Amino acid sequence: MAFLSEGAKGARPVVRFVRAGAMPNWADLIALLLLAAVAVLIIHGAAEMSRPLARLDAEPIVLDPARLPEYALRTTLRMFAALAASLLFTFTVATLAARSRKAELVIIPALDILQSVPVLGFLTFTVTFFMGLFPGRQLGVECASIFAIFTSQAWNMVFSFYQSLRTVPADLDEVSRQFGFSAWRRFVRLELPFATPGLVWNTMMSMSGGWFFVVASEAITVGDTTVSLPGIGSWLATAIEAKDFAAVGWAVAAMAVVIALYDQLVFRPIVAWADKFRFEQTASQVRPRSWLYELARRARLMRLLVAALAWPGRALAAIEWPLLARAPHMRLGARAARLLDMAWIALVILGCVGAAWLVGRFIAASLRWGDVLQAFGLGLATMARVALLIAVASLIWVPIGVWIGLRPAWTERLQPIAQFLAAFPANVLFPFVVIAIAAAQLDPDIWLSPLMVLGTQWYILFNVIAGASALPTDMKDAARIFGISGWQWWRRLVLPGIFPYYVTGALTASGGSWNASIVAEAVSWGDTHLQAAGLGAFIANATQAGDFPRVALGIAAMSVFVIAFNRALWRPLYRFAERRLRLD
Amino acid sequence: MIVTQDHRCLVKVNDVRHVYGKPGGAGLLVLDDVDLALNDNEIVGLLGRSGSGKSTLLRSIAGLITPSEGTVTWLPPEPGGGPASVSMVFQSFALFPWLTVLQNVEVGLEAKRVRPEERRRRALAAIDMIGLDGFESAYPKELSGGMRQRVGLARALVVDPDILLMDEPFSALDVLTAETLRTDLLDLWSEGRMPIRSILMVTHNIEEAVLMCDRILLFSSNPGRVMAEIKVDLTRPRDRQDPSFRALVEHIYVRLTEKAPPEAREGPFPGTGIGMALPQVSTNSMAGLIEAVSAAPHNGKADLPHLAQDLRYEADDLFPIAEVLQLLRFAELAGGDLRLLPAARRYAEADVDARKQLFAQHLLNHVPLAAHIRRVLDDRATHTAPARRFRDELEDFMSPEYAAQTLKAVTQWGRYGELYAFDEAADLFSLDNPA
Repeated sequence: MAFLSEGAKGARPVVRFVRAGAMPNWADLIALLLLAAVAVLIIHGAAEMSRPLARLDAEPIVLDPARLPEYALRTTLRMFAALAASLLFTFTVATLAARSRKAELVIIPALDILQSVPVLGFLTFTVTFFMGLFPGRQLGVECASIFAIFTSQAWNMVFSFYQSLRTVPADLDEVSRQFGFSAWRRFVRLELPFATPGLVWNTMMSMSGGWFFVVASEAITVGDTTVSLPGIGSWLATAIEAKDFAAVGWAVAAMAVVIALYDQLVFRPIVAWADKFRFEQTASQVRPRSWLYELARRARLMRLLVAALAWPGRALAAIEWPLLARAPHMRLGARAARLLDMAWIALVILGCVGAAWLVGRFIAASLRWGDVLQAFGLGLATMARVALLIAVASLIWVPIGVWIGLRPAWTERLQPIAQFLAAFPANVLFPFVVIAIAAAQLDPDIWLSPLMVLGTQWYILFNVIAGASALPTDMKDAARIFGISGWQWWRRLVLPGIFPYYVTGALTASGGSWNASIVAEAVSWGDTHLQAAGLGAFIANATQAGDFPRVALGIAAMSVFVIAFNRALWRPLYRFAERRLRLD
Repeated sequence: MIVTQDHRCLVKVNDVRHVYGKPGGAGLLVLDDVDLALNDNEIVGLLGRSGSGKSTLLRSIAGLITPSEGTVTWLPPEPGGGPASVSMVFQSFALFPWLTVLQNVEVGLEAKRVRPEERRRRALAAIDMIGLDGFESAYPKELSGGMRQRVGLARALVVDPDILLMDEPFSALDVLTAETLRTDLLDLWSEGRMPIRSILMVTHNIEEAVLMCDRILLFSSNPGRVMAEIKVDLTRPRDRQDPSFRALVEHIYVRLTEKAPPEAREGPFPGTGIGMALPQVSTNSMAGLIEAVSAAPHNGKADLPHLAQDLRYEADDLFPIAEVLQLLRFAELAGGDLRLLPAARRYAEADVDARKQLFAQHLLNHVPLAAHIRRVLDDRATHTAPARRFRDELEDFMSPEYAAQTLKAVTQWGRYGELYAFDEAADLFSLDNPA
């Protein structure tokens, strides 16, 4: 996407450059150093990835803090590889869905389901698949791990991009048609820029979720095979195995540093840059800022460098694809078109039935109805946990979020922290809780549950903060003048005002909690293994045992629960918020 | 030689009809039997009320819409040359917010695959001509509305079109800015500094049309037809205060409000019966207009241009309100005048409840959709009906947007007249009033 950053503004960049003088300034020096360091790190990490698999056994994870930076780097690279894959997937699939009605008919419902499927459950199948693809090389396992992260990131990005493509403003659409834009030019000049703000935001959310999965997917045990990819996740697994308390602390610290760096070096510059693609024609009062973005714009040499780096992208944007002789557009009668649609739908339904039969047979080969019932029973237990915990988290964080949101000084300081906490992979913190439970002899069925919302509750907090700080001053003043206070103040002013934000946060939190249950319901510390009865533990155990039919059953059951939960609760709430409680 | 060139025709529109709505269903006829010839070296205005299909016609000429029937032909401006090229200026400016002024102007050339150096040179020249010097590197959101429309103009002109199409180009601007832009454009035109051969503009502002155009086509609005062609022979630059200017404006008002022969129109709005597409006019505006006209100095009969001036309204913003009053038989619109009927006089003198009753009665009698909703609610045992049902019915006659707008209008009116209640969350009409 760098090719959209036509940084050199104005008509005559060369003239301006000469006038400004070619002497590098301090900003250049810093920027150059940063850039060079990043390049060296990426090359090193990429080289490491393609080593033979056997080296992993020869060089197991060493709990030496000196090695930690390298592990952190490998983890980060996996994240970005997955991000690149997600973006590529987004651009192709979402564009296809927006352009072709037949593709849309399949893609959109499929994505809707895919984004509800527990990602961690996939791991069992994909590891086997990718290891077969690159036998004897680390790359296979790397791919499996990257794929796991990809599956946690891609869907909402596709949705966002698809939504944007469908809502391109009519007048800009007319301009591009009137000037006869080619499909490619339309994409780079209109559709991609228009979709950028939404896509950037969703990418950020995906990244936050991704850290959780990168940690969970590095140390993979499937049946008898255990592979530990060098990374923070594996470090953590090793530390837990060895009951090394200090090492867990190091992992937490490393993760915090990585996320802070990522926030400063990637997140903020991109948000600051994407601000120019916001569609509103009015200048916003509060523009997102980033010191790095400012640095890149201020440093003179850096500008040249950015221009040079952006060159391939810009060249790509400027490509004049040869005009294809357009295939004569066949005008079908309304009847024929409807028949064709029906044939297509029939084909899709046939495919679905076939797939269901295949999965059913796979599961039924070794499992009985009793197992299905058991899975659903455990699903109910997990659902009760998720619902209860979201309710508890809401009771705690909504008042706190409102309190913070109504105080701008606090909001400014605490909002970034809430966002940071949401991105922080909570599974790094699990060992501490496990030690506590084991020491106090608590009931794991109850006390393991909070782990599920440990990482996801922050979504509720920062959304509520955002909602409370967006409450119009007029309304707050009106409430004060009429002496509205106490419960009435909450019921009439605050709760309706923050409701749309709250629903967004709670929806994200609940989805994340289902996923987290796979890691949170079965945890260990050295040889202490704690389990809560639930669907998450069911899947985790089946994965551990390499029992594929059971994994498939668990995933299917959990998907059904998540979809039902979304349809029955969150969707209606969301629609209600959209219709009734929007403040504009 | 010159004389023949002046009359060379650039675009011919023949027998164009356009229908919006479901294919197969009874669509909404927006353009009916329209003929038009745009000649070299003239500014032609398409003038009519909103919904008279002017924009549809303009978009047909721009090649953005293929009309349901009839042809649009672009003729070569030079003997043996290619067909006339067109370019368009939009009411909403339609600038790419992520591109700078310069990039926005270049975008059309880019699509035409002009080489980068050439592109820049031409874009800078256009920016220079249109008075945007110094703003090359600004983004649209940093500019005022007037400056944005200048960018829109530069972008349209830089591709060297033969014909410049303008869709209400000044209606999103404030009065002063719009006037400056009009004057600048007319100066460029009369000095021959723009590379274009003629201009076709859509407007609903009568004075604007008289100020700028050589020829004005008046559109009737049910369905869109050319009902008159008016040549403007006033010398340029034109003076708004000039008596002949005022007379022409007054004349056009009269033409636009005169009663059409009954076989051509059934009412002020497209569609008939339940399928009548209605504008969203608030009951407050209606009450306000009734009060204003019934009071001195109008005393029940007002000249629309004067009334608009008094009320600080753009004259054509009054049309929809006046037309709804006409539909409800509160007023009559004829000869550029709005004349209140006795019911409106009673309305003006009544208190809140009596006003509501009077309004409800007229609504039931003269707006078939309102009567229909009420009848359905009365017939049903539950006295409720989903709004979806009426929307579907309407969509047989008109596009979903029109259907939604019409239903919204009738919902508001019915609520005011307390004919029925509406629950937005449940999307449900009912008879019960909230306790």
